[in-house]
Amino acid sequence: MAPVGPPGASMATDGSGTDLLRFAAIGSVDDGKSTLIGRLLFDTQQLFDDQLEAVSVASQRRGIGEMDLSLVTDGLRAEREQGITIDVAYRYAATPTRKYIIADCPGHVQYTANMATGASTADLALVVVDVTSGLREQTRRHTCIAALLGVDQLLVVANKMDLVGWDKDAYDDVAQQMHSLARRLSIASTTVVPISALHGDNVVERSTAAPWYDGPTVLEALEAAPAGGWAAVHGTHRGTGARLPVQWVLRHAGGRSYAGIVGGGPLRPGDPVLVLPAGHRTTVTSITTYDGQLDEAPVGVSVSVDLADDLDVSRGDLIAAADEPPLVTNDVEATVCWFGNRPLRAGDRLRVKHTTRVAPARVTEVLSRFDVNDLTLVDADELADNEIGVVRLTTGTPLVLDPYRTNRVTGSFVLVDEATNATLAACMVGSPPLVESHIHLVR
Amino acid sequence: MTSTHTVTTAPRSGFDADGLRRHADHLALLESHAIFVLREVAAESERPVLLFSGGKDSAVLLHLAVKAFRPGRFPFPILHIDTGHNFPEVITYRDARVAELSERLIVARVQDSIDSGRVADPGPGKSRNRLQATTLLDAIAEHNFDAAIGGARRDEDKARAKERVLSFRDAFGQWDPKRQRPELWQLYQGRVLPGEHVRAFPLSDWTELDIWQYIAREHIELAPIYFAHRRSVVHRDGMLLAVSEWITPQPGELVEELNVRFRTVGDATGTGAVRSDATTTREIIAEVAAARTSERGATRADDRFSETSMEDRKREGYF
Repeated sequence: MAPVGPPGASMATDGSGTDLLRFAAIGSVDDGKSTLIGRLLFDTQQLFDDQLEAVSVASQRRGIGEMDLSLVTDGLRAEREQGITIDVAYRYAATPTRKYIIADCPGHVQYTANMATGASTADLALVVVDVTSGLREQTRRHTCIAALLGVDQLLVVANKMDLVGWDKDAYDDVAQQMHSLARRLSIASTTVVPISALHGDNVVERSTAAPWYDGPTVLEALEAAPAGGWAAVHGTHRGTGARLPVQWVLRHAGGRSYAGIVGGGPLRPGDPVLVLPAGHRTTVTSITTYDGQLDEAPVGVSVSVDLADDLDVSRGDLIAAADEPPLVTNDVEATVCWFGNRPLRAGDRLRVKHTTRVAPARVTEVLSRFDVNDLTLVDADELADNEIGVVRLTTGTPLVLDPYRTNRVTGSFVLVDEATNATLAACMVGSPPLVESHIHLVR
Repeated sequence: MTSTHTVTTAPRSGFDADGLRRHADHLALLESHAIFVLREVAAESERPVLLFSGGKDSAVLLHLAVKAFRPGRFPFPILHIDTGHNFPEVITYRDARVAELSERLIVARVQDSIDSGRVADPGPGKSRNRLQATTLLDAIAEHNFDAAIGGARRDEDKARAKERVLSFRDAFGQWDPKRQRPELWQLYQGRVLPGEHVRAFPLSDWTELDIWQYIAREHIELAPIYFAHRRSVVHRDGMLLAVSEWITPQPGELVEELNVRFRTVGDATGTGAVRSDATTTREIIAEVAAARTSERGATRADDRFSETSMEDRKREGYF
């Protein structure tokens, strides 16, 4: 399983048979996310000689030792000046069976929007915790946001174990806190690995410093994690039935086809469908790609669909399985991660972008704010920058929705500033998936 | 993964109904996503344009546009920023591809920007790579383009690794890496005010190896300079530069006739060749998979100036 050799050397020539795992490195600033990603890439030999040389030269110029692996991903001038991560860096790695897309997210609270950008497409969150300081508010905030975004696998690393002499109690403390946090957030799977990213212990190479630990290394855990492909992004198979947001109308000699990516569940010729929000009932006659007809369009694939009836269907409409229809509504209750500089309040006018549809919207009510320390919803009438809460909105045209926990595509939308077009919020249809717990959280 | 997935002949479309969920073939997913991005940009922008350099990433981009929009016409013209320092094979290839597709080609020339005094001529034999930003921004302004679709990939450079799939440019064409729009899920948000535009990168998540594997799978035709051929090259600045009307060997420089190919295609004065005997995509894939040097590190003079050359050029409006 150890991927040895130059970048990509281990992959099949034609690229077939490999799956794709997308993960995001999250956690508080200075806990070592970028160093860990650098270490992972270095020890699996995914870095080219010229990239290594550049990192080495940059490290020496800064007088920070031979090789500062955080410089592998911290590529912006401002990041190198300050020694922090400002925006997500995407890196790529490959092993014989798996391709990885890695999002190295910033830890500072002011860059929470960038962290959410990186985590919104992830199958797994790699949570980095500095054992010398334990869980911080940012660790909790990031884990909460990842959970709200639907990431249901946590790979936690207790980092800097070398600084506490590989003390098992320090590891147990982090593990216990992260397990209880994950339980409260309904996260299905949590693995905690004691590591030193700086020295490479338990990242790719198994460490001899912690004989008490017999779990996987970081790489082993990544290789074993279920890959969602991009199903995670295009809707899961947890049972909404097929959804096809219409992106584009392709006209041809035989009529019109409706192009988009299938989500929610597979779509087949002969399936009865609804065209929403209008509500017309019709049947799928064929599903095509440029390469030919498909017997079934699986989740995550760009296709075009022909319908039995000559209906008015345009961009923004949704073709949905008739037996499992989504909700058509102008009133939405959603969990909102707010990134605006000004507070979000009732009465605010914004633009919604939901699937391929854009609609004007007004905030009818801010219902509650999410306390990331207590993991509770508290009454609130506004959300400040980087706060999360539950908000009710009214839209100018109807939206076709599913709860976010059943479909990430039809259950998600963003709020956009009408004047500047800035993206101001990430929104998930429904309330946060919190489990009420009697476990007292050690803070 | 304990999969023993054996594929003797790769399915042409790269996926099968059951396979996608359990053994998601990453190339099929990358293809679907890129088609999705192309359709989103075409639908959300008033006047999009597709940037085409004649290189392999451009070739893949054109192929994906065919898949996204046929049997219709492309909903955008094709724009080539011509440095004037071209490999003739690339221009021949460009014209053949455009003719075959019957799509509209716009050529914006760096020479025109020099002649009109917009930029200074760096002199004979000097790379015009950086000057392309001005020519590109002028073309965008002239045609009122509000979205420019490019073939850049995040694995090319550490500044590119930071960029969004839809990347906002202000009224001066500047990229501000500290103020990027959040980009959640695949809700690509490309609306801009008059004078502003977005750059769209459907190949963001593709690696050099993905590109070559896809070229092999889809039988995409490329400019012949990507394959090994005999060529007279001069050793300069640690690179092998093709001897041409702009590159003349200076006294003391070593000139050799070698088997070479190009890993990237850019301004002929700043794009180095690599020694190679690979004459087929399959042989190139084997070389790429074993390469110890990144494609830009191996072949681009302009990326060697400083730690942040690419970021600096991108801030000015470069691709």
